[in-house]
Amino acid sequence: MGTQQLIESINTEALKTDLPRFDIGDTINIHVRIREGEKERIQIFSGVLISRKGRGINEMITVRRVSDDIGIERTWPLNSPSISTIEVVRRADARRAKLYFLRDRVGKSRRLRDRRRGMKHVEGQKTIQR
Amino acid sequence: MTQLLGIKKGMTRVFTDEGRSLPVTVLEVGPCVVTQVRTEETDGYNAVQVGFGDIKARNSTMAQIAHDAKAGAAPRRHHREFLVEDSSRYELGQTLTVADFEKIGYVDVSSTSKGKGFAGGMKRHGFKGQLATHGVERKHRSPGSIGGHANNAGKAGRIKKGKKMSGHMGSERITVRSLDVIRIDAERNLLLVKGPIAGHNGALVEVRPSVRLYKTKGVKQKELSA
Repeated sequence: MGTQQLIESINTEALKTDLPRFDIGDTINIHVRIREGEKERIQIFSGVLISRKGRGINEMITVRRVSDDIGIERTWPLNSPSISTIEVVRRADARRAKLYFLRDRVGKSRRLRDRRRGMKHVEGQKTIQR
Repeated sequence: MTQLLGIKKGMTRVFTDEGRSLPVTVLEVGPCVVTQVRTEETDGYNAVQVGFGDIKARNSTMAQIAHDAKAGAAPRRHHREFLVEDSSRYELGQTLTVADFEKIGYVDVSSTSKGKGFAGGMKRHGFKGQLATHGVERKHRSPGSIGGHANNAGKAGRIKKGKKMSGHMGSERITVRSLDVIRIDAERNLLLVKGPIAGHNGALVEVRPSVRLYKTKGVKQKELSA
C-alpha cells in the first residue's frame, strides 16, 4: 500500500457516510453537540451554506446566518464529531462556489433564488426541463 | 523498555469524541528483529541490536546478510543498537512489534531533520535581520555585528567558537520528547502520535517510551499502566 493510500485509509474511518446531499447556497440546519460539564446537548445552527472547501477529512463548511441584524458565520470541519446531523431546509440557486458576496448584501437582496436547475438527482424536488 | 525503528509515513488529523481535532503523524513502526544481544560478560555492556525494513539481498553485503542470517532473519535495511538494563530478556531472532507499546502513553521519537543547506542567520537562529527601510541597503537579512575583537565575544583577537552565524542547517538528529500516543494499530504496525516529527515522509525514525514527562503527563501514564 502506498503512503498516500495508507493515510487515506486512516482518514476514511473518520469520514461521515450519512450526510445528505447539499450544495452551496442551501439553507441547512447543523445539529451541534455542545458539552456543558458532564452533560451533552444539541444546539441547532441554521443558515446559508456559503463555503465548502478542502477534501476528505480536511473538508470545512461555513454557514452564515443573520440574527438581529448581526451576521454570524460559523465554520466546522465537516467530519467533526461535534456535528451530529445536517438537515437541508431549502435549496437555492447559487452561481458561485463561494457566496462571500452575501456579507455585503442588505435586506431583500440577501435572499437567494430557489433552486430549479439540476435537481433531477434529488427525489421529490421540482426541476425545469430544457 | 524496547526501542523500535520505523518510518514516518506522513501527517493527517484525528478527531476526538469531544470533537477536538488533533494533528497526528503516522508512523509505521516495526516489526523489528533482534539481530544481536550484547551482554555484560561478552561486550562489557548490555544492549540489543535490532534490524528493520526489507532490502534485496543483492543490495546488501555478504557481511550484513550473514549477520542477519545468524538471527534467522532475511536481510534487513536498517540496524540500530540501544542500551537496556537487562539484555537477558531478549534473544536472537526475537520479533519486536508496536504491540509492545500497548500500555505506553507517551513516546520519544528521534529522526534526521530535512536538510536546509547553507542558511543565513535569520532562518538558522531566528535573528531579526535589519530594517526594511530607513536607509538600509542590501543588508536586510544580515546578522549585524558579531562583536568587537577585543571584548568578550572576541578576546585574543578572534571570534569565539560557537558564535551564531550562517552555516549548514538541518540534516541533524532531532528528538521530540513526550509525544502523546493517539492510536496503535498492531495489525498494520501503525503508531499515531500527536504533533509533527522532524524529517521527510519515509524517513527512518527511532521510537522509544518517554524517559521524562511533564507532571500531568506522568500522572496519566501511571493510570494507563495501572
